[in-house]
Amino acid sequence: MIEILWLGRGGQGAFTAAKILGAAYASKPDCHALAFPSFGPERRGAPVRAFTKLDSKPILDRSETEHADYIIILDETLYSENLQKLLKPDGKILINTRSAKSGQIIPFDGDSLAKELKLPVVNTVMMGALAGISGVVSVENLHDAIAHYMPEKIREKNKSAVQKASQEASAL
Amino acid sequence: MEKFLSGDEAFAEGIRLACPDVISAYPITPQTIVVEKLSEMVEDGSLDAEFIHVESEHSALSCAMGASAAGVRAFTATSSQGLLYMAECLYYASGGRFPIVMMNANRSTALPWNIYGDQRDSLSQLDSGWIQAYAENAQESLDLALMSYYIAEHKTVSTPFMVNLDGFILTHTYEQVDVPTPEQAEKFLPPYETENKLDLNNPKNMAFSAGPDTNYIFKYKEHTAVRRAVPVIQEAERKFAEIFGRQYSGLIDAYQAEDADYILITLGSIAGLCREMTDKLRADGIKAGVVRIRYMRPFPAEEITKAVSRAKAVAVLEKDISFGNEGTVFTNICSALHGAGLTVPAYNFIGGLGGRNISHQDIIEIFEKIQSGNAGRVNFIGIKEGENS
Repeated sequence: MIEILWLGRGGQGAFTAAKILGAAYASKPDCHALAFPSFGPERRGAPVRAFTKLDSKPILDRSETEHADYIIILDETLYSENLQKLLKPDGKILINTRSAKSGQIIPFDGDSLAKELKLPVVNTVMMGALAGISGVVSVENLHDAIAHYMPEKIREKNKSAVQKASQEASAL
Repeated sequence: MEKFLSGDEAFAEGIRLACPDVISAYPITPQTIVVEKLSEMVEDGSLDAEFIHVESEHSALSCAMGASAAGVRAFTATSSQGLLYMAECLYYASGGRFPIVMMNANRSTALPWNIYGDQRDSLSQLDSGWIQAYAENAQESLDLALMSYYIAEHKTVSTPFMVNLDGFILTHTYEQVDVPTPEQAEKFLPPYETENKLDLNNPKNMAFSAGPDTNYIFKYKEHTAVRRAVPVIQEAERKFAEIFGRQYSGLIDAYQAEDADYILITLGSIAGLCREMTDKLRADGIKAGVVRIRYMRPFPAEEITKAVSRAKAVAVLEKDISFGNEGTVFTNICSALHGAGLTVPAYNFIGGLGGRNISHQDIIEIFEKIQSGNAGRVNFIGIKEGENS
């Protein structure tokens, strides 16, 4: 099972990304996914978590992820060293930042790309970047899921975001 | 068609397929988004129902009763304090034999105020005369939305039906769900027809008083009607499998229980993790098994005792506590074991109250404890050092 932990702030769309990634993966043959938010009241700006679990068989374990394959951080102020403890040994942290990082941490300048595409949030940019570095889903899978689960007027922008971010990230 | 839906959304899809005529709801917390989805379906015309916004849960169920008394199919939904607030009406609906379907999102009860998942809300209402089912995943939620009407409205049953979905863990979690076609649903669920209605051509007294001489017989009949749901549940599942290709297993769902030495009995969405841990223990040579209770009313006393009759020890894991006694599910199970003359050691494990996570290790430890006999009658799992002082 591949487990992804999303960290963001209320309003950044962490759960939307978690859900679209799950839907994209589940649309592939013999692929199953669960996506859920950190349970509780939602407040704009407060730290929020979301989870996506991906597997080749139905997922029975609905408990919160204890060790993730990927932690995706939409707001870099949410990074702390303690997050390393939530990673599997080969796990990676994908972080939206302009600063250079090393080791298990992969920096990706999601803010600049979102600004270029006139997107107010970086959720789909970072989702595209995950596709680029991991290959868990293809850009086409994500485009299909966006077509099904995002409102029409924001689809095209978000499809471009996924496309560009995936391309840039796969070169990392 | 396969869709990626939350438990709430899946249930709303099931209700859309069941075509209720009236949906009454109070949309404020702790209500979940199931009624919001249904209101959108009514708005976009894909569900031809009267959607009535009311000012409280007490009114929501009263309104559904009014609709049912007019002879039409009614739906409402609630959760937690909302269910408790409508408690008075639960008894009116069952006593009036109105086959309303209600979805309850299992959430904790105040105080301290908490909207996270546990099953204390619905389990406190076991005696209200409603059929109670507990879903494990979003697919079963959708399927129960359809089956609940079939069972509740069956002429031999005519009893309201509460479908329970674990708050957040089921209501807010997204997964793949096969959404049947309206044609399939129509083939499965006959239109609601009843004589228990206000009818100008056949006027009758409804919702009346009954003194000590007859009241008792009404209560006896309520009891036998809930028991009569047992064969109707089987009938509904047979027909459901024929049309939709998914077979359910009646009042309980037993996994690896046949030759199991140690059996964990539970209900709701935690059962999946319990089965996964059972596989892990079996790989280590421990004969573990799981029994998931699908229906708390009618209670599967016979089915459970049959499933655990050869076990060396039994654990009951529930997100509930009857303060000063034990978990209510455990009380029900002990009564069944006693009735069947079984003396297998049984232990109660209380967990997940107020939404606390139940981990892999918690499940493994339950099995270890009942295997060694190193457990009390009632055990609170996962209490950390210092928390119990």
